[in-house]
Amino acid sequence: MNLLGNLTWSAIPFDQPIVMFATALMVLGIGFVLGWTGLKGYWPYLWREWITSVDHKRIGVMYIILALLMLLRGFTDAIMMRAQQAVAAGGAHGYLPPEHFDQVFSAHGTIMIFFMAMPFVIGLMNFVVPLQLGVRDMAFPTLNSVSLGLTASGILLVNISLAVGEFSKAGWVAYPPLSELQFSPGVGVDYYLWALQISGIGTLLTGINFVTTILKTRAPGMGYTRMPVFCWTALASNLLMVAAFPVLTATMAMLLLDRYLGFHFFSVAAGGNPMMYVNLFWVWGHPEVYILILPAFGVFSEVISTFSGKPLFGYRSMVAATMVICVLSFLVWLHHFFTMGASADINGFFGVMTMIIAVPTGVKVFNWMFTMYGGRVRFTVPVLWSLGFMVTFVIGGMTGVLMAVPPADFQVHNSLFLVAHFHNVIIGGVVFGVLAGFNYWFPKAFGFMLDERWGRRAFWCWLVGFYLAFMPLYALGLMGMTRRMQHYDDVSWQPWLVLAAIGALVILAGVICQIVQLVVSIRDRALNRDLTGDPWNGRTLEWSTASPPPAWDFAFLPNVSGRDAYWTDKQRGRAAQGQTAAGRAYEPIEVPKSSPIGVVNAFFAVITGFALIWHIWWLAGVGVLGAFVALLVFAFRDEEEVEIPAAQVARFDARHQAEVTP
Amino acid sequence: MNVAVTLEEVGQGALPTASEAGPAPKRIVVTYGFWIFLLSDIVMFAALFAAYAVLERATAGGPAGVQLFHQGSVAIETACLLVSSYTCGLMSLAADSRRRDGTYFFAVVTFALGAVFVALELHEFAGMIAVGAGPQRSAFLSAFFTLVGCHGLHVTAGLVWLAVMMAQVAVKGFRPAVNRRLLCFALFWHALDIVWVWLFTVVYLMGVHP
Repeated sequence: MNLLGNLTWSAIPFDQPIVMFATALMVLGIGFVLGWTGLKGYWPYLWREWITSVDHKRIGVMYIILALLMLLRGFTDAIMMRAQQAVAAGGAHGYLPPEHFDQVFSAHGTIMIFFMAMPFVIGLMNFVVPLQLGVRDMAFPTLNSVSLGLTASGILLVNISLAVGEFSKAGWVAYPPLSELQFSPGVGVDYYLWALQISGIGTLLTGINFVTTILKTRAPGMGYTRMPVFCWTALASNLLMVAAFPVLTATMAMLLLDRYLGFHFFSVAAGGNPMMYVNLFWVWGHPEVYILILPAFGVFSEVISTFSGKPLFGYRSMVAATMVICVLSFLVWLHHFFTMGASADINGFFGVMTMIIAVPTGVKVFNWMFTMYGGRVRFTVPVLWSLGFMVTFVIGGMTGVLMAVPPADFQVHNSLFLVAHFHNVIIGGVVFGVLAGFNYWFPKAFGFMLDERWGRRAFWCWLVGFYLAFMPLYALGLMGMTRRMQHYDDVSWQPWLVLAAIGALVILAGVICQIVQLVVSIRDRALNRDLTGDPWNGRTLEWSTASPPPAWDFAFLPNVSGRDAYWTDKQRGRAAQGQTAAGRAYEPIEVPKSSPIGVVNAFFAVITGFALIWHIWWLAGVGVLGAFVALLVFAFRDEEEVEIPAAQVARFDARHQAEVTP
Repeated sequence: MNVAVTLEEVGQGALPTASEAGPAPKRIVVTYGFWIFLLSDIVMFAALFAAYAVLERATAGGPAGVQLFHQGSVAIETACLLVSSYTCGLMSLAADSRRRDGTYFFAVVTFALGAVFVALELHEFAGMIAVGAGPQRSAFLSAFFTLVGCHGLHVTAGLVWLAVMMAQVAVKGFRPAVNRRLLCFALFWHALDIVWVWLFTVVYLMGVHP
């Protein structure tokens, strides 16, 4: 028996300069960060205040840091693909061999959906939802830390695949029979499956946590019809996580059983049914896109309402539209494969359902426009992202409705038209949304503003770059170019692909602008400081506390008497929260105790995943046992909460008051 | 609490409505969260049931359910699990009134019944594999072993959890955190029964129907 399973030195692709370069860059980057923080003596601080923290705000920030890093990784993959397709026409074959190109597009999709968009959205929700609900933490703070750890474990596994072994070549959807052992004998699909299984459990736990938080722990008076729309969209998104992610877990488990133990769920022999995978995958997959887009809709609602200085137009219809989308998202999955060969009736049903889902979405767009109408709109960076979204998303939505017509879909199925469509809605919707949210809530998280000038530049580069990069793909799709081509013979496609590559470069400029924006803002933080805690003249409760908020969020749980709770308070002249506190005695506050269980569990999850990928069975056993023992130790701990003395709360409040009223 | 009176007071604005009453007590929050988890678990089983339904006739020339299932043994399994739910309920009652002996006694009975269930299931699996009807034989058998095995795995996890809970009662006594976990365990155990009732119906009853 081999002690290291299938793992040998040949797993490291020394012969591929591009991979080795990327690996070296990654290792150097991680080494630099670890070394620098170590030299500066930050490790104890990071461990105490961040890594073991169960504070929803810190966990949210860490999610977003992960997402930003993965945005860079996934975007690098995108640039590589655009460069390859720009040159690999006719006789030329580009610089990426097919087996490498296949890994690049698989990694790009997997990373952008699971490890960029998901952590970004979850991070924003983590930071904002408890503050907007007027409470001090999530329902299960420690579980929240465990979720973060599991997400990070998945991310680590995907990135290890760059250096050790290979990543999946079966696309981000990993359809069998291609993803079965027979046709994908390498470890790539195993990396994909275990990374998604581990991070998927984290996402499921996140969903449970948020549903419970939103439904069971809201400030007094924060009734359902008074919740900010972002909380409603977060509720819908997390309900979908709870209802959809178990299906992904089951589906991936079936594929794993096929690959590891010779089961026949999706194999072509012994009665297996590959189309069942495709069905099950999209039963999860279609709700997944709403898991991503609904919170983005929530961000736009908050941003538009705040910067128009008006309550959101049609609050009730907005909530209803959100919940209708939540339900309908489970009734459209078959539109991802009209060409499966189902009967005309079935295709017709799913086509109609798909078109119906455009109705509540349209309601939302009109609500945003009517909110701005007659308002005094301030064109800040978050508003720019929101406007860019409205135009772009509507175009993407219309191409989506076009493809919802089964006969039309037969023409463009699996073509670049589809690729253009889903980037149109995911970049124009989700990415613009999370970037709007990032700019909007950054001052709340850190107490200083992001630089507006660089923010504008980033926005314009992204917007222009997006249209340059993806509009040509619509044309190419109609010309018959299928997705995922490492090389093509028809040279008449090349000019369009060169244009798309230029668009990708413009987006790159946007990404650079964002990095500069961060650097400049951090450098000038003393100048951009926001002492009020309410830099935008906000409407919801998160703006009523200090920036950054203290560990206990609110010294007194807010008493909510209407929609736009903080705005109402301000109108009544009870501006800062401290004034409502005047004359009330501070009480000690219990906050959940920090715990290393999240990071310890993540450590064992990575070990287990890595061991299973490389068939190192003893190590997998050690990993599972370690996680179990860690859980036992946690279950037997005595202290669950620590108390913050009233004097400390009072001191913090007094200092904040002094800052607010100079 | 007199519901009618309370409702009247809500109507007159004396009490806030449930949705405006502020954060729920921890016991409610924890069990509510656990209910949500159970629902997600049931969704996962739903996916496995769906796979089983799709693949039920895909026997690839191998044996079908009617040749493989022994209803006598399955009946005993079912009886064990259902009775264990009853004893689990008695355990909850004992724990509610803080009676350690009663809690231990019914926990041991519940554990024993659960263990018998798992043993019988493993015996059934071993017998099928011995006659060449293992999960690699056909898509139908893959789906069967996965669906039934996943439930068995849940029961096994429940047994481990029960053992840990008894250790917690012994070491920490009936403190609020332990009581909440006992409550969650009971929910989990009963939910497994619900899944089994479906499983029994879909796999073992409908499966032998010609």
